[in-house]
Amino acid sequence: MYEGPVQDLIDELGRLPGVGPKSAQRIAFHLLAAEPADVTRLQEVLQKVKEGIQFCDVCGNVSEETTCRICRDPRRDLSVVCVVEEPKDVLAIERTREFKGRYHVLGGALDPLSGVGPDQLRIRELLSRIGTTLDGVDITEIIIATDPNTEGEATATYLMRMLKDFPGLTVTRLASGLPMGGDLEFADELTLGRALSGRRAM
Amino acid sequence: MVSLYRDTGVVLRVQKLGEADRIITLLSRQHGKVRAAAKGVRRTSSRFGARLEPFCHVDVQFYTGRTLDVVTQVETVDAFGPGIVGDYPRYTAACAVLETADRLSAEEGEPALRLYLLVVGALRALAGRERDAALVLDAFLLRAMAFAGWAPAVSECARCGTPGPHRSFSVPVGGAVCGGCRPAGAAKPVPDTFRMLDALQHGDWPVAESMPNTIRRESSGLIAAHLQWHLERQLRSLPLVERQRV
Ligand SMILES: [Zn+2]
Ligand SMILES: [Zn+2]
Repeated sequence: MYEGPVQDLIDELGRLPGVGPKSAQRIAFHLLAAEPADVTRLQEVLQKVKEGIQFCDVCGNVSEETTCRICRDPRRDLSVVCVVEEPKDVLAIERTREFKGRYHVLGGALDPLSGVGPDQLRIRELLSRIGTTLDGVDITEIIIATDPNTEGEATATYLMRMLKDFPGLTVTRLASGLPMGGDLEFADELTLGRALSGRRAM
Repeated sequence: MVSLYRDTGVVLRVQKLGEADRIITLLSRQHGKVRAAAKGVRRTSSRFGARLEPFCHVDVQFYTGRTLDVVTQVETVDAFGPGIVGDYPRYTAACAVLETADRLSAEEGEPALRLYLLVVGALRALAGRERDAALVLDAFLLRAMAFAGWAPAVSECARCGTPGPHRSFSVPVGGAVCGGCRPAGAAKPVPDTFRMLDALQHGDWPVAESMPNTIRRESSGLIAAHLQWHLERQLRSLPLVERQRV
């Protein structure tokens, strides 16, 4: 244990995702040795991110204004919405440059073990969004792009059930194939099962 | 010298550790609850990442580490995940099974063979989709409470032991109570609810499955109240269990 503020800093850093106790110590001592101007800059950015950033009122993504850049972009296809868990997933899909529609950020996945049920996510907002016509365009396709893990799969299952009765709405799930470069025998059962159920005619 | 050991178990919980690692909590056949680090499993190239997700029944090799044991090999025994995550009521019920098992298996390393077998049986029933998920969960909860030593009394009076059937149920007293022992504020379930609790406790599925929604709801409520009374902290998953009407 270090004294007072140094230990407080280590404790705070250690609470960040992906930062273990050793990394927390390393970052803390790096900051102690850093130029005061560098630390001030970091302090200002942290403050700004809390004060200046909000969540887009349409899609729930992080945004500098009430409506995010993607939702404001007139070139985006209004009829397709891709549903993701977190803002970082929007970035990941944007990087592929494959998707021209808009997003809906749930804010996590259904995870009863952590106390997260449907009411804790932006599911109600998604449903009311689908029922609304925007600029004369209806949403006709929902692509569910939750994580390919247990919670993400369960969230996809739940959404599929909620969305299946909307007339004229196509609901698809990101294909989750076998990782390239791998042998079939090493594929786990969840991945192999999904690859089988998502197979395509050739 | 590195010491290796091997066991089968059910993954109860996974927590992120650093960039790509996880800490998994496993309820094992021989070593009771085990917490171990699984390295690199969050990378998509990981060979065993998806085998260490909740609900997985796995055969694992560990080496004994200084602070945490480390997973070195994983083989699947039963892949319960696909049958469970594809159905939301089953998923929520299975989460409640895992959380209850985690809370009832007190200390790490203390053998819990009966609880382990009960968890595997419950997950198998949930993944198999033959029985109603809520009934499987309630039967699991009743038997898990019995292993912990505080199953609710269902026929004889919880205080004086007078044989039933009785008309009242008191969670603080411990279940069914006779007219003489009945405290103020005891619940007055309908007689079929006592039959339901008895059927769930003894695995009498034909009786349990013949019961209407009102009875199912009342018995679920009593089981949940009894469970929460004995646990210090509330279960997070239990209020989120989606119970289907029959
Ligand atoms: Zn937006
Ligand atoms: Zn009595």
